[in-house]
Amino acid sequence: MAVRKNQANLTATEKRNFVDAVLELKRAGRYDEFISTHNAFIIGDTDEGERTGHRSPSFLPWHRRFLLQFEQALQSITPSVTLPYWDWTVDRSPRSSLWGDDFLGGDGRSGDGRVTSGPFAFSGGRWPMNLRVDGRTFLRRSLGTGVRDLPTRAEVDRVLAMDVYDAPPWNSASDGFRNNIEGWRGPNLHNRVHVWVGGQMTTGASPNDPVFWLHHCFIDKLWADWQKLHPASGYLPTGDTPDVVDLHDTMKPWNDVTPADMLDHTKFYTYA
Amino acid sequence: MSRPTRRQLLHGSAASLAGVVLAAPVAHADRAVARSAGHGHPGAGGHHSDGHAMPEPFDEIYQGRHIQGWPADQGDAHGSRGDHGRRAQRLAGPHDGMDFVVRIDNDDLHVMQNVDGTWISLVNHYEKFSTPHTLARAAVRELQGADLVPVITG
Ligand SMILES: [Cu+2]
Ligand SMILES: [Cu+2]
Repeated sequence: MAVRKNQANLTATEKRNFVDAVLELKRAGRYDEFISTHNAFIIGDTDEGERTGHRSPSFLPWHRRFLLQFEQALQSITPSVTLPYWDWTVDRSPRSSLWGDDFLGGDGRSGDGRVTSGPFAFSGGRWPMNLRVDGRTFLRRSLGTGVRDLPTRAEVDRVLAMDVYDAPPWNSASDGFRNNIEGWRGPNLHNRVHVWVGGQMTTGASPNDPVFWLHHCFIDKLWADWQKLHPASGYLPTGDTPDVVDLHDTMKPWNDVTPADMLDHTKFYTYA
Repeated sequence: MSRPTRRQLLHGSAASLAGVVLAAPVAHADRAVARSAGHGHPGAGGHHSDGHAMPEPFDEIYQGRHIQGWPADQGDAHGSRGDHGRRAQRLAGPHDGMDFVVRIDNDDLHVMQNVDGTWISLVNHYEKFSTPHTLARAAVRELQGADLVPVITG
């Protein structure tokens, strides 16, 4: 059984294996399809139209499936690799080991935001920005400038305490756990982390920054934590909801997986 | 989800052609007609973005960049669409909430209205702005002089 670990606890070898597998996917031309898929949903998901990946109940199962697909791609390179998660309530500084030269590399420089250290720095030549929203061809970050602070544990706990999964109108105006963790309402958890990192992470092409996977892995873990805290609260809605993925509807772009299939993550991996 | 819509059918192709989809900031004409400028009322009735007032057009130089915005149904008054816009529109289909055009130095910036009346753009997609004008200024700051790229390949 695959075990997903906190990135702060990875050994040097585990970090290297993860980074090397990510770089190999990029070199082989397999990484960018994840960016384009994500961006297509970012653009297509709207509050009053069809919505699948974001601003809707299936935000959590959709990203769970998306991460699984990416993890399987990594494992096709190095079978022992699993996605690490970034607990940004603890590792909340630009000086965290997450941003070390042996892992994701550091903050962007002032002026143009270019990341100049680590395996994904432009100068290394191994991390081209093929899919992008502007002319800049290098990975960018601006840690802690778009918003000063990452969410705190108290804010996370406040959202984890909510006992309804989601609610009408099933979009960015909803009450409930899903919309509060996504961040359109309440203390702003998931969205705020994208803004805190800055650079490509604030754009529709956010998987250009590999920290995307570690951030979403933590969101995925928080969903599992919430399920444990609220065993009687299930995925909503369960049927006949226009434009929204119900419990037993299939999700695009795969069309063979439903939210119900994604509820039990222990079929696929566990969290350390 | 209980009924297939045209958007639903189009979305599959959008997912596989996202490189082009990134260049899709052109509202669908018939939708735009249905949402003409100024017919909304701020805060009126519930959770429909049509219930919010259409934002004011703008046209200014901000930090050296030419930013413009106008309701999509007035688009023709501002010149013809770029070819990339047409192509992306055909592939991606209409988007709900895309009823306002924003350009930076004549390049389209994809924007979307949230159901609470706030706005997001493709450049700042996880952050709400009160109007397309503040959104455009934020995008200029984010771009740091870089051009928006409509079609992003290699
Ligand atoms: Cu996403
Ligand atoms: Cu995200």
